[in-house]
Amino acid sequence: MASDATHAAMSLHDHLPLLQVVVPMLAAPVCGIIGSRRLSWPLAFAASLTASIISVFLLLDTLDGSIISYHIGGWAPPLGIEYRIDAANAFVLFLVSIISSVVLLYARTYVGEVISASKHVLFYACYLLCLSGLLGVAATGDAFNTFVFLEISSLSTYVLIALGAERDKRALTSAFDYLVMGTIGATFFVIGIGFLYMATGTLNMVDISERIADMPDNRTVRAAFAFIVVGMGLKVAIYPLHLWLPGAYTHAPSVVTAFLAATSTKVAVYVLLRFMFSVFQPGFVFETYTLEFIILPFAILAMFAASIVAAFQTNLKRLLAYSSIAQIGYMLLGISMISKTGLTATVIHLFNHGITKGTLFMAVGAYVLQTGNSFFDRLEGLGKSMPWTSAAFVVGGLSLIGVPGTAGFISKWVLVQAALEKGWWVVALLIVASSLLAVIYVWKAVEVLYMRELPEGSTHVEAPLSLLVPMWMLAIASIYFGIDTSLTLSAAQTAAENLFLGL
Amino acid sequence: MYDLEFIVGHLHYWLFIVLMMTGFYIVVSRGNLVKKIVGLNIFQTSVFMFYISMGKVDGGTAPIFPVDMKIDPATVYSNPVPHVLILTAIVVGVATTALGLALIVRIREDFGTIEEEEILKIKRKITAEENRDHGAGMGGSA
Repeated sequence: MASDATHAAMSLHDHLPLLQVVVPMLAAPVCGIIGSRRLSWPLAFAASLTASIISVFLLLDTLDGSIISYHIGGWAPPLGIEYRIDAANAFVLFLVSIISSVVLLYARTYVGEVISASKHVLFYACYLLCLSGLLGVAATGDAFNTFVFLEISSLSTYVLIALGAERDKRALTSAFDYLVMGTIGATFFVIGIGFLYMATGTLNMVDISERIADMPDNRTVRAAFAFIVVGMGLKVAIYPLHLWLPGAYTHAPSVVTAFLAATSTKVAVYVLLRFMFSVFQPGFVFETYTLEFIILPFAILAMFAASIVAAFQTNLKRLLAYSSIAQIGYMLLGISMISKTGLTATVIHLFNHGITKGTLFMAVGAYVLQTGNSFFDRLEGLGKSMPWTSAAFVVGGLSLIGVPGTAGFISKWVLVQAALEKGWWVVALLIVASSLLAVIYVWKAVEVLYMRELPEGSTHVEAPLSLLVPMWMLAIASIYFGIDTSLTLSAAQTAAENLFLGL
Repeated sequence: MYDLEFIVGHLHYWLFIVLMMTGFYIVVSRGNLVKKIVGLNIFQTSVFMFYISMGKVDGGTAPIFPVDMKIDPATVYSNPVPHVLILTAIVVGVATTALGLALIVRIREDFGTIEEEEILKIKRKITAEENRDHGAGMGGSA
């Protein structure tokens, strides 16, 4: 590659790992500088679509288990920054960029209706920055680079959430709370990386993992692990660290919520996976204790506590926010099993839950647009006046529960399998029991939508086609990936194998 | 192990921890949003200190090569990498502070206060109104 002294000519294909991140990143300032309201959406969409196409190429290149190592500027690692794409990254990159393109299709109408015209250009610029930050976190193989991209995506996320203030001023305080907690999380993460650098003298993830393999009892390395897990835990919204999430998801504009719920926590879960399994190897004794006795109980608590809280909500959007916390519990449960099947469950649930939650929040956005808000009493009987939106909601809801034939079933199936493999049959029962709680809160919404009469004089009509098409793209995807699992399952398995080997 | 030499020898760590905890305590304990941001700033700055002190090598000089590139092998240089990393982190810190303060300005415009207690009161009032308007008969709280 470029590090060769002869500088062999590189084709465009060789540069894909970098272009994946750089295309949206450059499109963001261009969007802001041109400053044209008419051009900003096409530009954002073109950049996002390019990123999606690149991610498909990268996924196809890595599905066989191979690893692409890209040296930025031709500087060879460990000194230079390396972008390292394997099946796990490529799968996350694929999820993030595809969801981003679909959400942008939805955004054109939604942003036009909900956000005042003077802010459209900056909205798309921020959205692109957020996208490039998330892609960068997933693509990079350099620990400090992860932090920088994490902050790029977080800072733009705070802005996007605060845009909800035009409808509800509580969006501002939610964004502020998230800013404080997110910054504390990110700072903990940097402290952890600092400790790793102290112990190893390198920032390249592969290099770090090779060097700490010789120092299992080093207290600095243990402190680094603790700081990184807690710091990322704040971003993932691991159960006791989730306090920013309900407010942020509820008060942000629905289009932003759909994007964030489907991508940002998922990328944070990926970073946890990467650090727990690639940097600190699965054999790291301290990690085994941490995962089984700390992460596992919190994962199960999240599955139940958050689901029960969700069942008592009167606002559909807040209900789904709490359900997200519960679903993150499933992903952590897969991680805490420290087995290949468990990791497969985490990776596949990360993808399946992304498309499911995307569908649901898009449907909620359509309700908010047509009726003014998402409280249950406004949604009564909308199954009749907004049949397509409600049908998409039901598909998403079924996938959330994990009904056979939907994507959600596949991930829960693999998760239960992993639990039984370990002999944790109690945990397997708990997974099924918490799915029953999901039935309760999804049914609550379905009952309001379909079983109640439309209020007298209701004038609500079906959402415009420009909202329905992207919503149904994800709804069909959550059915398709529930029936044909060849792509998702094989990608997740390859990713889990690579991670478990500590590659 | 816990002798004077250990404590004095790790002086920069103690300072880092004191500064970090001061900042963290301010973020948690103060109700004024501007004070929270100041606390957050101190918290981040402590990490900058931590990184910079980490790069110092005993007897090391500034890592700048002479113009003629004739390097004396006996010269010890400090490690410049943590310093460079912290330049990036400072930029992130400035951006966070700016965004936090901008949000406070907007909160002041919409809520009329920047005291957390009063904001909470206003939020509770909004929630109570929502419960009255939308929560009736739903058997739950908004």
